[in-house]
Amino acid sequence: MIALLKRDLALAVRAGGGFGLGLAFFLIVIVLVPLGVGPEAALLTLIAPGMLWVAALLAALLSLDRIFALDFEDGSLPLLATSPLPLEGVALMKGVAHWATTGLPLTLAAPALGFLLNLSSTAYVWLFVSLAIGTPALSMIGTFGAALTVGLRRGGLLMSLLVLPLYVPTLIFGAEAVRRGADGLSTTTPLLMLAGITLGSFALLPFAASAALRVNLR
Amino acid sequence: MTLKVSDLAVARGGAPVLEGLSFDVAAGCALVVRGPNGIGKTTLLRTLAGLQPAIAGTIDFPEDTAAYASHADGIKAQLTVVENLAFWADVHGAELPDAVFEAFDLVDLRDRFAGTLSAGQKRRLGLARLGVIGRDVLFLDEPTVSLDGFSVKMFANWLRDVHLARGGIAVIATHIDLGLDAPELDLTPFKAAPDAAGGSDEAFL
Repeated sequence: MIALLKRDLALAVRAGGGFGLGLAFFLIVIVLVPLGVGPEAALLTLIAPGMLWVAALLAALLSLDRIFALDFEDGSLPLLATSPLPLEGVALMKGVAHWATTGLPLTLAAPALGFLLNLSSTAYVWLFVSLAIGTPALSMIGTFGAALTVGLRRGGLLMSLLVLPLYVPTLIFGAEAVRRGADGLSTTTPLLMLAGITLGSFALLPFAASAALRVNLR
Repeated sequence: MTLKVSDLAVARGGAPVLEGLSFDVAAGCALVVRGPNGIGKTTLLRTLAGLQPAIAGTIDFPEDTAAYASHADGIKAQLTVVENLAFWADVHGAELPDAVFEAFDLVDLRDRFAGTLSAGQKRRLGLARLGVIGRDVLFLDEPTVSLDGFSVKMFANWLRDVHLARGGIAVIATHIDLGLDAPELDLTPFKAAPDAAGGSDEAFL
């Protein structure tokens, strides 16, 4: 399974691998928001937690359809399905690889971009922590969505529709944690909920994703 | 080790295509599957490999010994030839033997990116995967597409002298003569009747 992770990471950083795609999208959105909203610092401070989380979520969504589609097109997926790797492990590693190439860079870059939105100074650490805890859930839920729609032509739209409702709890608790951090309140509850969502999706969704893959490979 | 198939029926997209198929392949033997386009060769091989369920009958061979190779080679264009093979070796927990590069004439191509290979070279790389993963039961779907005569002979030699010689099994769907001393199975007599039980699409209309 480590071999699969290593290969996916190597593919992501090579030409045409799409590493940085989500990060670039995140950067563009966050740079454009103050231009669109106007220079009112107080307003930006108010919307910063929500905007950062929405942008991170959309950036993660952007590269989801590549998770299985590329392996499906070149025929690797049936070969992986007949290999000794359990398909659940394949799905898990795909989710981990997606997080390492999108969620992790987003988490690391977010504090720097919070500065552009005049994020309240107490919120930086919570932005980082909430993204670190929450983005793995985005990747794993997205992997499940990608498994459901693998093999469909132009399945990206359908996948977005399937995945976005599942992203809502992550978004709510993630942005809430940052907001509470900005207001100097306790962030324990939203962070615990976020951690619960992430752990739950990593415990259950690899099985759901592999079941979906098996059906789609027939 | 034998591959035993009895009374197998397979379906494509819910419609039965083959039924009443029974054959045995002993260790060290190959079976060449023939039949016109659309008869169900690919469907049969995918079913044997476990990628889709059979609608009737049994397939019996030791678990976790099968490998499947289809028209698509599962090659990553951004990885080199060695990296591609090393990945599959790693996935199967096998070593990457040097002999494979010679057997499939890839020695000079080792460090080329797979994306820069010609169609025939890619095919050789795809087939070399079979030599790396060390699986005993191979289900090969048109393995010689886009190979030249020399490469076909090379592949047939590998199949005979390496794979079958160590007690492997191969079921091969092909239209050309591989020069293997293997029995042939024509699928035409096993074509499923249009209204066979198991439900064709019309049954739901």
